[in-house]
Amino acid sequence: MITLSHFTAALLFAVFASIVFGITQRSTSREQIRYGLYCFAMFVGGVFVAGWVMWFLHR
Amino acid sequence: MANSPSSRKSSEATESKAPPTTMAVLAPAVGWLIPGAGHLIQKRWIRGLLLMTSIATMFVLGLLMQGHVYQPNGGDILDILGFVGDVGAGGLYILTQAMNWGQGAISHATADYGTKYLIVAGLLNFISVADAYHIAVGKKP
Repeated sequence: MITLSHFTAALLFAVFASIVFGITQRSTSREQIRYGLYCFAMFVGGVFVAGWVMWFLHR
Repeated sequence: MANSPSSRKSSEATESKAPPTTMAVLAPAVGWLIPGAGHLIQKRWIRGLLLMTSIATMFVLGLLMQGHVYQPNGGDILDILGFVGDVGAGGLYILTQAMNWGQGAISHATADYGTKYLIVAGLLNFISVADAYHIAVGKKP
């Protein structure tokens, strides 16, 4: 059994989901890599934004 | 005229009525059973291996985090949706059921993440299956 931190779990989720999105949503290799990286950036960016929103709500 | 809208419509209708090829049936079925295999049997080696690795790793991580695997049920709508997500993983889900894994109670946050990993792995495999079908029918290179 493994125990991941919230951030590691979110990061791994972003990696795997981005790979699948990149491959399935675009046709050429170049577009797939670009879209995969874009999705990864959006996922990780979303984690930071959500983190800050929760921090402000908690205060 | 050959390229008029009406002739284009009729050619599209003819295409949609064309009988499905063997690959158009086989690729989604194999892809559902073994994530990524729908691409591998069409010789999309790198795509297939990446999909297989991503989906299988996500599913296994979900199990290792003690995520809950949903059973076939007709009760709560969220349980039904959880089952639909899980069953997308195909062979991985069947194996999990056969080995009676993933039946623990969700007792900590990581286990809840595990449950989400399992569901999303299945949902990502549905997308992968659709992609394998599109390659088989020639909609995607």
